[in-house]
Amino acid sequence: MTEPGLYHLLFISGALFFAGIYGFFTRRNLVTMLMSVELILNSVNLNFIAFNKYLWPGKMEGLFFTLFIIAIAAAEAAVAIAIIINVYRTHQSIDVEKAEEMKY
Amino acid sequence: MKGSTIVFYLLALLTLVCGILSVSTRQIFRAAIYLLFTLIGIAGIYFWLDYQFIAAVQIVVYVGGIVVLIIFSIFLTQQTGERLPRQKPGRKIFSALAVFCGFAFTMLQVFQHEFTGTLEEGAQPSVQNIGKLMLGTQNGGYALPFELVSMLLLAALVGCIVIAIKNKEEAK
Repeated sequence: MTEPGLYHLLFISGALFFAGIYGFFTRRNLVTMLMSVELILNSVNLNFIAFNKYLWPGKMEGLFFTLFIIAIAAAEAAVAIAIIINVYRTHQSIDVEKAEEMKY
Repeated sequence: MKGSTIVFYLLALLTLVCGILSVSTRQIFRAAIYLLFTLIGIAGIYFWLDYQFIAAVQIVVYVGGIVVLIIFSIFLTQQTGERLPRQKPGRKIFSALAVFCGFAFTMLQVFQHEFTGTLEEGAQPSVQNIGKLMLGTQNGGYALPFELVSMLLLAALVGCIVIAIKNKEEAK
């Protein structure tokens, strides 16, 4: 085991990103798909922080990108859950294969 | 081997194992709990990297906000204890193959690449510096995106209420 550095963080964030992609491919439930999207967003945040820490330690650009991504992800999750609850109310299910028509 | 190295590997293990379990378990409530531990592991990595403010924001917004929101929506839309329907094996195998190939390709590219950056010491990521830059209007300040994000949050708030509101005529 070597001293952790930039490559270790990139490996973690890459693995998390592709775990999120796998969940997005295989899940058919809207809530679990939202969880996969959160995983993908978190891996991107980790990437920004890692590059900021190891390549440009004197600047804070990556940190601010992460802050704004967290704010946008919170807004996105709230809107997505409102849509999910609305879909559940009209279709009695949140399976994406059962929600076939856009207007009921 | 130093203690901080062991801490890093433990955090990485927690994050990766819980992340993979969160997308592969068939019980939706367990998936939410595994996602919670993944997010806590990422916050721990931010602490390990000395970015305390980002770690605190991660815990407050993700662990305290988004995961709780997800758990509430599971309670509203799902029968508890019910397992998710089993997926077709073809779809699972195909996605796993695509994901594995993508991951291997990306890691190959990353490990071959030699990253070059500057190593100059400059502003520390303290809360004081973050606050000064966040509301600064000159010299690389982030006042404009800050205001834009506040507008976006307001729009998302109003949009959520409009989308999730119950129509009175339909309810009758």
